[in-house]
Amino acid sequence: MEVLPDFEILCPNSAEEAAQMASKKGESRYMAGGTDFMPNMRRGLEKPKAVIDLSGIGEMQSIEKTGNGLRIGASVTLQQLISADEIKSDFSLLAEAAETIAGTTHRQTATVGGNVCLDTRCQFYNQSEWWRKSNDYCLKYEGEICHVAPTGKICRAAFSGDLAPALMVHGAKVELTSAKGTRTIDLKDLYQEDGADYLLLEPGELLVAVLVEKLEGYKTAYRKVRVRGGVDFPLVGIAAAVKGNGTQLEDLRVGLTGTNSKPVSLEGTADLCGGSFDETGFKALEKLVQKQIQPMRSTFSPSHYRRKVALNVSRRLVGNLLEN
Amino acid sequence: MKSILRLTVNGREREDLVPQNMLLIDYLRDTVGLKGSKMGCDGGECGACTILVNDAPQLACLTLAATVEGKKIETVESLSQNGRLSKLQQMFHEKLGTQCGFCTPGMIMAAEALLRANSNPSDEEIKKALEGNLCRCTGYVKILESVKGVIESNEEAAA
Repeated sequence: MEVLPDFEILCPNSAEEAAQMASKKGESRYMAGGTDFMPNMRRGLEKPKAVIDLSGIGEMQSIEKTGNGLRIGASVTLQQLISADEIKSDFSLLAEAAETIAGTTHRQTATVGGNVCLDTRCQFYNQSEWWRKSNDYCLKYEGEICHVAPTGKICRAAFSGDLAPALMVHGAKVELTSAKGTRTIDLKDLYQEDGADYLLLEPGELLVAVLVEKLEGYKTAYRKVRVRGGVDFPLVGIAAAVKGNGTQLEDLRVGLTGTNSKPVSLEGTADLCGGSFDETGFKALEKLVQKQIQPMRSTFSPSHYRRKVALNVSRRLVGNLLEN
Repeated sequence: MKSILRLTVNGREREDLVPQNMLLIDYLRDTVGLKGSKMGCDGGECGACTILVNDAPQLACLTLAATVEGKKIETVESLSQNGRLSKLQQMFHEKLGTQCGFCTPGMIMAAEALLRANSNPSDEEIKKALEGNLCRCTGYVKILESVKGVIESNEEAAA
């Protein structure tokens, strides 16, 4: 690990003040729990002049009920999310996904906003400075080619946050604040398919809260496949919500992570719903997943294995939810 | 850039001038002189640096010292009283949970946090609480037995 860069720590009391600080200070970075940001900084991947510590902003630390859902502050820790009463009843999918993230100790400080904005990961990027340098760096960090896809023009690092697919299934929107004002967008519009520039945030823009809707009459589950049972990022993570019983499928929502440079909200599932869901349906579901995911050589596990896992797990997950 | 850090370490109030980019683990080991907490993987993956911040387990290698201003920090050194090991430490000793000893301070602090929040955890809950702590000697069975030993000894005392 590298020696930490010289920076000053700024401690705003409100989201607005944080955004003002970010607009005034060049090369500043927001820090929530810091469980991913700190290792990245220690590996020399982040060299901010100022770190804006979000832990003192009370308005970002609560979970509030809205009309038909919840407003979850971005600084709510994963542990708070898992044990919150509001989550246990109608949003158990979020708690299920959050419980798979990192380890118990990390979850005490790691936050919802941090996981939603989690930096994309790659075996050629999450390495020490001397390792990256001896490999001529890469597109995401000071280099000119992506070692995962050398002929391509964009970085293929994989988005690895576990909450995003579960939030997408709940129709999540995100509240963003910058010095220019506040806006609310769909969570899926926060991301783009470019590992080096995966978040569509304006400079200095801060994620303040996530808004989710209740799913009436759906059965939900999250499955994560990883090398280590604890403290590991997903090779593939799949969140699903199913409305239906036995072989009848009324509605289906699927979100995937770990396969692309952004979390994938599976499109075209409406065509599979509204009738009997049999082997033809499962085949069609596999085809949708097959077409929309793009696992690359960004992890030690080969991409064809992750593709196969994504197909099998999505089939099994939807099948199990329908049966039970 | 330096700033004044005021906090409580193992029951004692302290005030130190620390660089803003100083890690909590370096502050505890080098400024305060408490060498119990260990820097293992250096990246938040092994749990050897686990300490308690306001009773919750936290990784000192992923925490900037300046961000624990005003908080209550406890390291493994806080557990023994008047030269006597705490029950949890005694169990790690008796049940051979200490292994080579390097992961032990982190294991003990993670287990201490669990037992404070839940005095009678199940095996699964113990495993879950210690999932972020690695033992390279792979002595997990003995570590699990050590934590369970505290629960059994509490039950015997109550009976």
